[in-house]
Amino acid sequence: MHVLAISANDAWTIATAATCAVACGILGCFLVLRRLSLLGDAISHAILPGLAMAFILTASRDVVPMLLGATVVGVLTAGLSAAIHRWGRIPEDAAMGVVFTSLFAVGVIMMAWMPRSLDLDPGCVLYGVLESTSLDTVHIAGIELPRAFTSLLVTLLLAAGFVTLCYKELKLTSFDPALASALGYSVALIHYTFISLVAATAVVSFEAVGSILVIVMLIAPGATAHLLTDRLGRMILLAAGLATLSSVSGYLLAIYLDTSASGMISVVSGAQFALAVFAAPRHGIISKAITRAALSSRIAREDILGMLYRWNERKEVDPAAAPLAGGDIALALRRPIAARMAMRRLAREGLLVSDAAGVHLTRSGIERARGIVRSHRLWETFLANHLGLPLDHLHEPSHRVEHFITREMQSELTTLAPDTDPHGKNIPPHHPAG
Amino acid sequence: MSEGLWDILLLKDASTRTVVSGTALLGLAAGIIGAFAVLRRRSLVGDAIAHASLPGICVAYFVVGDRNFAALLLGALVFGLLGSACIAAIRDYTRIKEDAAIGIVLGSFFGLGIVLSTIIQRQPSGNRAGLDGFLFGKAASMITSDVLTIASVAGFILAIILVFFKEFRLLCFDRQFAAVQGRPVAVMDLLLLALIALCTVAGLPAVGVVLMAALLIIPAAAARFWTENLTLMVALSGGVGVVSAVAGTLASATIAGPANSLSRGLPTGPCIIITASIIFLVSMLLAPQRGMIPDLFRRFSLKRELALQSTLRHALQGAPAPDHRPSLPIDHGIHEAPDQSAPRRETDA
Amino acid sequence: MTSPAAAESFSSTPSAGASSLPPIAVEVHDVTVAYHRKPVLWDIDVCIPAGRLVAIIGPNGAGKSTLIKAILGLVPLASGEIRIFDKPLRKARPLIAYVPQRETVDWDFPVSALDVVLMGRYGRLGWFRRPGKADRQAAMNCLEQVGMAEYAHRQISQLSGGQQQRVFLARALVQEAQLYFMDEPFAGVDAATEKAIVSLLRNIRASGGTVIAVHHDLQTVPEYFDHVLMLNMHLVAAGPMASAFTTDNLNKTYGGRLTLLDQAAEAVRRAASPRA
Repeated sequence: MHVLAISANDAWTIATAATCAVACGILGCFLVLRRLSLLGDAISHAILPGLAMAFILTASRDVVPMLLGATVVGVLTAGLSAAIHRWGRIPEDAAMGVVFTSLFAVGVIMMAWMPRSLDLDPGCVLYGVLESTSLDTVHIAGIELPRAFTSLLVTLLLAAGFVTLCYKELKLTSFDPALASALGYSVALIHYTFISLVAATAVVSFEAVGSILVIVMLIAPGATAHLLTDRLGRMILLAAGLATLSSVSGYLLAIYLDTSASGMISVVSGAQFALAVFAAPRHGIISKAITRAALSSRIAREDILGMLYRWNERKEVDPAAAPLAGGDIALALRRPIAARMAMRRLAREGLLVSDAAGVHLTRSGIERARGIVRSHRLWETFLANHLGLPLDHLHEPSHRVEHFITREMQSELTTLAPDTDPHGKNIPPHHPAG
Repeated sequence: MSEGLWDILLLKDASTRTVVSGTALLGLAAGIIGAFAVLRRRSLVGDAIAHASLPGICVAYFVVGDRNFAALLLGALVFGLLGSACIAAIRDYTRIKEDAAIGIVLGSFFGLGIVLSTIIQRQPSGNRAGLDGFLFGKAASMITSDVLTIASVAGFILAIILVFFKEFRLLCFDRQFAAVQGRPVAVMDLLLLALIALCTVAGLPAVGVVLMAALLIIPAAAARFWTENLTLMVALSGGVGVVSAVAGTLASATIAGPANSLSRGLPTGPCIIITASIIFLVSMLLAPQRGMIPDLFRRFSLKRELALQSTLRHALQGAPAPDHRPSLPIDHGIHEAPDQSAPRRETDA
Repeated sequence: MTSPAAAESFSSTPSAGASSLPPIAVEVHDVTVAYHRKPVLWDIDVCIPAGRLVAIIGPNGAGKSTLIKAILGLVPLASGEIRIFDKPLRKARPLIAYVPQRETVDWDFPVSALDVVLMGRYGRLGWFRRPGKADRQAAMNCLEQVGMAEYAHRQISQLSGGQQQRVFLARALVQEAQLYFMDEPFAGVDAATEKAIVSLLRNIRASGGTVIAVHHDLQTVPEYFDHVLMLNMHLVAAGPMASAFTTDNLNKTYGGRLTLLDQAAEAVRRAASPRA
């Protein structure tokens, strides 16, 4: 039995990772909604020369110049990409690709040029040094705190404060920038304030977790939350929760497997997203498939009921009409297996009985079928009278629509329609006459 | 100039010759396939494939043991394609847009690669030096067999592009039209993706994960400024790729870093990319049709012309309107009151 | 060039002009708009009176949407000037509401119909202030007006095209503007929504508002609108329906496209025949 031993250092590292993930996750919701995800990617790569420049100029790892340098380069990335896209008429993604890869190349060269005394492992740029963040500490008000944790906490407070204060503005400019400028808001001001905050967060996080995990932390929680809810406020809170969850569980898994923590957190965030893609309650692939299957089975059942009701009508005119067998119905629906399943279910619900003579509607089956046929004929009437469709074009559209006509629509259609449909057939009433 | 420098620049040195021919072939292949990638809005898919291929390299390492180069590249190719399939699936089957899909796939696949490579490193026989090379590339250590690999990949890509040029043109220009014409667009799209992946993977050992995307995008984007003709653009893009590869490689071989820096020379990959970026910058500023400076001039002259026309019109009230504007016999005020609906120009009456 | 002067003179003395003439809502003066170096609107010069329903018609690519965006300051002008209620745009913003084309926004965005309508209040709220109870009430009222009250808490992707359009209209209504710009409000909506929109437009006019809408269906132009502005990169004609909406002008606007002209002839005939 392998027991996870969590030291105080591990606890601080987890706190650092979670703080970073929540700060990125909150801002990331808007990156995802504004379709700026790739800008997060671009910025996290492009800040490298800013960091390197600050290193070279100050010959130290002091936080403030690094933050300044990298934030400036980050905002520059956004501005340059937009300018190349607009002026050069180059597709947006290509423009971004040009800018951030060029800046990254400059950064790598600057690092190669750097004096040996400021050793910076190029690998760390990509995957960070999360494990050792708890070793580098500062004293604040007499308490010893990891430096990275402190700066990330400030970043988180800034991000949360900004999103709370400008919630309305962010929502409006993300959803409909044209309306925002028509209402007199400066879309560019909000955009660049937001981008500089993203850049600053990316810089602070970058030091701890590397550029790749920054991308994942910026995008994955927001995208996952987007699959899980339909409200912006909830989406942001959910993203923060998912971010915390993935950083804690990712770190613990990394200890267990004795491997890179930032790599593992990325994997867990990706897995979280994959899970949501399949299993999200409304927007997941599974639930969408179930909804679709349920709908097509309902349509099959209603088609069978309608078929049997029409046969009953025919029998009133022509008592010699041969009864419908299960095989006939399966054949008419063109989907034999689905039809068999639908009939079995209808029989179980007590709407039809099937015996040696054939398939018949029960009393409650007739009730239900009447509603469906009524919808169909009401719609045919509406199409013929109000849209002037010819008689032979009425059945197909009505056949599709009849399954979606609600009671209210029926009563609205009733006010427009007489008792017979354009083919001269009776439109059955809600309740049996008499 | 010293003898040594000339030796390098004139390719007298065998190893320089190897590296230069390798990067040049890579630049050619990436430039050509990149032109289609950019036009088909697939620029950053190359980036995603490059990142996503890392776990493939690790898995191949687990399976075949020591550095079997072909096996590592095959693993990279498989995971690169898997990553791009994930992106396509997320884009098509969920409400998440393609940009977020690229970011998530790129990051989590790369994370998996880091996790696996850390585990490899801990193994007693583990040797991560070979894997680290894939992150930033080690063009300078290229040997003849590597060049042959790149040459065959480049030849293959070139051949496919030549055979299917017409189809790719249609695919990039108007996918829907191609589909209506009965072209197998899905297959063509897949083929394009496979070529991008192949090229990316072949270039990983030389220029590394991040900068491989640059080699696909930048030459194509630079070529776009000079022409509206696809054939010409593809050729130009390939040319820019070759020129920046050769110039960048030579620059990295000749420019020495400061004495106390980490490495002796400058890394080759970034030098190639920076050369390409300079070509891009020049193209963006100066290209005659689409460049910024000529465009600025045209805008200025348009403004001036408009101002002139407006002055003329005001001055020549009663004379026919300027040439661009057929005289319009309509009232311009839209008021019901008779005095207001009177024509606003005498010419209109 | 007498009209601008005349327009200014009577709108600067509203007490004198109000009795006989409608004030000017929008004054477009010599406006040219160019995307890159290709002009899409040449030298538009027109005054639009207040209190009318005005249709902007013209073939595809005629610059109809661009004209609206230019008036709203969403695209830069290459030359010319625009005044709204005799004010520069910046000062007139509170008087304006805008209904963009439906495709311009991401309908997967995680907001409810009510949230979208509330956005219409953001203009009067200004920076940082949150919408309050009164704003919520106003938004609900407007949803009620377009018959969407029961869908207030639905996420917007779950609404049909017509319902989405009604939400957009409610968002414009809640701005309590005097001047409404609508970019193809009837595009892709069902018959019921079309009727609802028409009665809404009439309500706006009855309360003194002005509507300027891009419209595609020539058949319904004379029925739905009072004024028409015909555009094909140049201004072809503008004026009250009866005087401007003529076969001759339609010919000039649409330039010999047979099917369209047949439609137009039909529409003109219907406009000429008196209606109840």
